[in-house]
Amino acid sequence: MEYPLPFERYNSALKKNILLGLKCRQCQKITCPPQMTCQECSSFDLEITELGGTGTIQTYTTIYIAAENRENEVPYVIVLVELEEGPWIMGELSAINPEEASLDMIGKRVRMGNRVFPGDRYSNGSAARPVFYRLD
Amino acid sequence: MRKVAIIGTGHTDFGFNSPKTGLELFCEAATEAMVEANVQPKDIQALYCGNGLSDFSEGQIMIQSYIADSLGCRHIPATRFEAACSSATVAIRDAYMWVASGFYDIVLVGGTEKATAMGTALATRTFAMGTDARYEFPAGLTFPGFFGLLANLYAKKYNIPFERLRNQMSLVSVQSHSYGVKNPHAQFKKEITVDQVEKAFMVASPLTLLDCCPFSDGAAALVIASEEKARALCDTPIYIAGVGQASSGMLSCQYKDIPRLKAREISVKQAYDMAGVGPQDIDVCELHDCFSIASIIAAEGLGFAEFGKGGQLWEKEETRIGGKIPINISGGLKSKGHPIGATGASQTVEIVKQLRGDLVGQERQVEGARVGLVDTLGGDGILCNLILKKERE
Repeated sequence: MEYPLPFERYNSALKKNILLGLKCRQCQKITCPPQMTCQECSSFDLEITELGGTGTIQTYTTIYIAAENRENEVPYVIVLVELEEGPWIMGELSAINPEEASLDMIGKRVRMGNRVFPGDRYSNGSAARPVFYRLD
Repeated sequence: MRKVAIIGTGHTDFGFNSPKTGLELFCEAATEAMVEANVQPKDIQALYCGNGLSDFSEGQIMIQSYIADSLGCRHIPATRFEAACSSATVAIRDAYMWVASGFYDIVLVGGTEKATAMGTALATRTFAMGTDARYEFPAGLTFPGFFGLLANLYAKKYNIPFERLRNQMSLVSVQSHSYGVKNPHAQFKKEITVDQVEKAFMVASPLTLLDCCPFSDGAAALVIASEEKARALCDTPIYIAGVGQASSGMLSCQYKDIPRLKAREISVKQAYDMAGVGPQDIDVCELHDCFSIASIIAAEGLGFAEFGKGGQLWEKEETRIGGKIPINISGGLKSKGHPIGATGASQTVEIVKQLRGDLVGQERQVEGARVGLVDTLGGDGILCNLILKKERE
């Protein structure tokens, strides 16, 4: 059985600011990032669906110590966002002074864009990642 | 299934920049364990080695085979277990299964790691390989970041004023260092204060350097045996009474549970049920304190406190010797060190020594301890738990 939403397709869509997920035909829940099965009921009966890319910040951290060759990125803020369709995804919070990130951001609405991580010697190529912008 | 016991333990010093290779470290811990167990290389029927990163730190894969040969355990099956920080605990659980099943009578199991030679940047990169490589690492997630996300979620979800959680986390690190001073194998033998933790530089907010365990080099090993062999070879066998293991996916997919880690609750229930005990029966615990908040989350998941109230254990000093549940009397990963492939074996060695009453001379013996719990977390969510008992059922 083919992987229902391979990284390659998810990634190329994300580079166009299109967030793809999987809708379960059995329980109607949305899985994102993609998995082989529905993250709610483990059904294989999934169809690719386009998500809106808006949601609310659930938690954050500001990273000050980076992995090899990403030192020039710090400090940066990572957030876990609950999408309006239900699932949570991870991405960078942009357009904010990282020193000013605080618990008050939790619950605030965001909209998704993307930025491309070019990859390093251990990565299998580049990967787009969600970047979020505050809506309120 | 047969009863299985631990009959020998070995443990190197943990620290920075060891001049020894990962293989040499393992062999030193292993021979110490074999001497204690009164067994020879020819008696070892299989070798299980926890190891996370020797590919990156030393350019060495299949280290287990070279270890077995170097130890004189010629031509036995040797297997490497990679489960990030829980590699050795998972190895011990499997070693237990092979002996309990009757397939082997005596197995050598342990773990080894050399992380500090990589330096902070590469070590941070390789540790981040425990996150999802396609959906998490590109976003910039590191392991301190993983627990930074959980710490802020914890404060929000349980409505704990941040200043109070900040203090609770600091108390975790302060306690670990206070016991690490007494552990001759510990990487840090230096007391720290709450003020120092809070004023240390930020690694991933809200976690400062002193909320984080170090990169470490070291090894630990155990000889495990069937009850029959254990009785013949050993006066103080420590029985493996319960084991548990569970996995979970990337952090964002755990959204319904976090900051709780569901895999831990599943794993430890398996171990409790198998051993016929509950959290109230545990006399001493070594839990996975890679970051200060991780200790608080673990203490709750293991059943020692209500969710949202784990930090109060440290506030009330219930986690010290003499308290309700002595935790990480070794100094924990924070002070003893965290050579990831060896960590679970080190935790298990510590519990064995506590149950044998070996630590009186180090002034960190939990008096009368009879039942101990090991808790190890690998990466985003490989949980493994062991319950050890002093006596056979």
